[in-house]
Amino acid sequence: MTEVTAPATSRRPDGVWSRLRHRPLALFGMALVLLIVGAAVLAPVIAPFDPFAQNFDGLTMFGEPLPPGGAYVLGTDLLGRDLLSRLLYGARTSLIIGVVANGIALLIGTVIGLTAGFFQGWIGAVLMRFTDLMMAFPALLLAICLAAVFQPSLWIVAFVIAMVNWVQTARVIYTETSALAARDYIAAQRTLGASTPRILFRHILPHLVPLIIVWGTLGISTTVLLEATLSYLGVGVQPPTPSWGNIIFENQTYFQSAPWLVFFPGAAIVVLALAFNLVGDALRDVLDPTLRGSD
Amino acid sequence: METKQRTGAGTAPDDILLSVRDLTVSVRTDAGLLPLVKDVTFDLRRGETLAIAGESGSGKSITSLAIMGLLPPPAVRVTGGSVALGDRVLTSLPEGQLRALRGDRIAMIFQEPMTSLNPVMTVGTQLVEAIRAHAPMSRRKARVKALDALTAVRLSEPARRMDQFPHELSGGMRQRVMIAMALALKPDVLIADEPTTALDVTVQREVLDLLRDLQRDRGTAILLITHDMGVVAEMADRVVIMRRGVVEETGPVRQIFAAPANPYTRDLLAAVPRMGQGGAAIARPDRPVVADLREVAVRYDIRGGILNRVTHRVHAVEGVGFDIRAGETLSLVGESGCGKSTVARAIVGLVPHAGLIRVGDQTVGTMTAQARKRLSAVTQIVFQDPMAALDSRMTVGEQIAEPLLIHSTMDATARRARAADLMARVGLTEAKLDNYPHEFSGGQRQRICIARALALTPQLIVADESVSALDVSVQARVLDLLRALKDEFGIAMLFISHDMAVVENISDRVAVMQLGQIVEIGSRAQIFGNPQHPYTRRLMAAVPVADPTAVREATPRMTGDIPNPVHPVGASIARHHLMEVAPGHLVAEG
Repeated sequence: MTEVTAPATSRRPDGVWSRLRHRPLALFGMALVLLIVGAAVLAPVIAPFDPFAQNFDGLTMFGEPLPPGGAYVLGTDLLGRDLLSRLLYGARTSLIIGVVANGIALLIGTVIGLTAGFFQGWIGAVLMRFTDLMMAFPALLLAICLAAVFQPSLWIVAFVIAMVNWVQTARVIYTETSALAARDYIAAQRTLGASTPRILFRHILPHLVPLIIVWGTLGISTTVLLEATLSYLGVGVQPPTPSWGNIIFENQTYFQSAPWLVFFPGAAIVVLALAFNLVGDALRDVLDPTLRGSD
Repeated sequence: METKQRTGAGTAPDDILLSVRDLTVSVRTDAGLLPLVKDVTFDLRRGETLAIAGESGSGKSITSLAIMGLLPPPAVRVTGGSVALGDRVLTSLPEGQLRALRGDRIAMIFQEPMTSLNPVMTVGTQLVEAIRAHAPMSRRKARVKALDALTAVRLSEPARRMDQFPHELSGGMRQRVMIAMALALKPDVLIADEPTTALDVTVQREVLDLLRDLQRDRGTAILLITHDMGVVAEMADRVVIMRRGVVEETGPVRQIFAAPANPYTRDLLAAVPRMGQGGAAIARPDRPVVADLREVAVRYDIRGGILNRVTHRVHAVEGVGFDIRAGETLSLVGESGCGKSTVARAIVGLVPHAGLIRVGDQTVGTMTAQARKRLSAVTQIVFQDPMAALDSRMTVGEQIAEPLLIHSTMDATARRARAADLMARVGLTEAKLDNYPHEFSGGQRQRICIARALALTPQLIVADESVSALDVSVQARVLDLLRALKDEFGIAMLFISHDMAVVENISDRVAVMQLGQIVEIGSRAQIFGNPQHPYTRRLMAAVPVADPTAVREATPRMTGDIPNPVHPVGASIARHHLMEVAPGHLVAEG
């Protein structure tokens, strides 16, 4: 009559990297991320043309953009600028927005959600009512107001997007934290004399990591598109600086006659979001000890 | 098909309602098909109760789900054998026909009635729907039938219950509604999967009586799935003992209990805690008092009205007082909602309280960080569900060492060495220090919780239903461990449980709680040998006895509302006055 014994394993969790290595999808996602980051960093070196130059031979005799192929690998835009070069430089803008703006939003959302969810009481009430207020306010309108007050620049746009996007994260983190805080193992920690920071950072935050990763990866495409919207409305990244979003918006009216102008930047956004999603999913599984050994 | 192979088992084959032959259920894993249940064979006859008993992981619930055709698709499915209801082979019927049979000829009730009922529909509507799903009739007629069903399960005020929602009923009432729903269409077979496990003993008693009466009146065959050998002894005609998906033994209940042939059955029965088996209690009046509670009260406010003022208070604990000496175990018993767990939480400082609680040299009061830290060095709590009490994202070694990290200046190596010692002390190998909680079994996890509680060598351990979630064999070993630790370290223990048999096995003294107050307190021999308060007597009479030959006296059935501890603000609460009837044996008057 022995107790059911779990498989006798005592492997220390190997490094995160060595476990990621065995996941082809994660590797693929990481390769894509590296590729995009590399392209952004090396844009001045590898771009075949000046992204701002309105090339003389970049338009047909009738003033139409050139389709992909030939000297301009991905074709040209309405002003005769090389699309590939603009996409390479645009990757810089979009990455900064997707990573920095999204990162700030996650940070704010997590701090607010965690504080409100753990302490409840009046602190929680104040923080969450403020979050609700922000949620009720149309995000785009808020972004336009903020962007109009400050002089539009890439960093201001990133900041504005973060100000708008932290709300959902805060809400989700709040719900999860208040559920975790009511669990027995937190009560057990209290009876062990653990301090509040210890409970928060050692026992609650690690459980929020999967949620944060999921929201973070989902947020990348949202923020990149929000930047595009702002650029379109003239309060985002100012032309002629390219970003994937504003390339789409500049050219969307000519979608019928020059579909590549919308397709390629759109595909770039999808690939970026997908790459981060693949990495994020794998990271979430690898960091979860209960899934250890199942891969 | 399979029915042709039946060999005459002494009774006419017509009597056999449900016939399970070589049933094998497998789960699909990466490593191929893994059998959960293997070659299970049994028959269920008309009017008979067959119990499938076994510990967790024995495959008893999987078997019942396979019979109902409710296995979770697509990973788990029947991979061999057959289930036949009369002349229809259920395992080869398409889902559509199976659905028509479910609820109509074969019905099921589950362990947790709250999750089995739809919380946003009234009881009446749900019953009417269930009836009309199988028998085409008008709403009005179905309603009459539903009311009959509720009356049949002896629910008080059945007409009023029809319009109530599940949350307005108590656990016992909800289970009656489930039974009414299952029996409304007069099925041939009722599968009851742990029907009383979530209920208090006195309520369990009523539900079991009800099932037996209904069976006698209607001749329904009952397939009872349970882990509780006491319930088996009282209810079953025949028993199937399962372990790890395999049938270990099948036989008439008296034979199984009197002369078990299988060694596993013998072990299982030996591990069942029985009342009247506790050894002599050791009185320790010479030892120092470790915990002292006086006039302890815990009250929760209920706000209402437009001004959101406190209108009512829940008097969860009211005027509780006792002391525990070093090396002594005091048990608090009572039914759910009696306030016993609240007392436990008040002692370790998790809920604010009025009155005096002293543990060791600490007074439990307003909890500053410093005071909490000092308190945690003298008292520790072990919770009911070890999985919930452990951090799933931290290795057990880190968790056992964590109190040392908080309280001492030990370095990492010393902490680890101490954690390894503690692991060894609770019977686990130190090689598993770096494993995570999910890699252990339930009993092992509870040992880990105990090791963590021991890390600071506290003077008092509060065990809040610490063995209730464990299988009997595991339970017996954890109890042995607790007893050994108590003797070894001279730790005082407050043992909270609803299980009278377990309490009798581990306690030196026992306190019985009802509605937030102690109604009787005394040594184990006094409480179990000479119970004075009517509530204590009722509790003991309700405990199922793991002996099929035991004759039970008829107990009066409880009717009417269950009293509750909610009172308007300012109302004076009738406090019980405890009278000493014998040295150390105090009983509430009246």
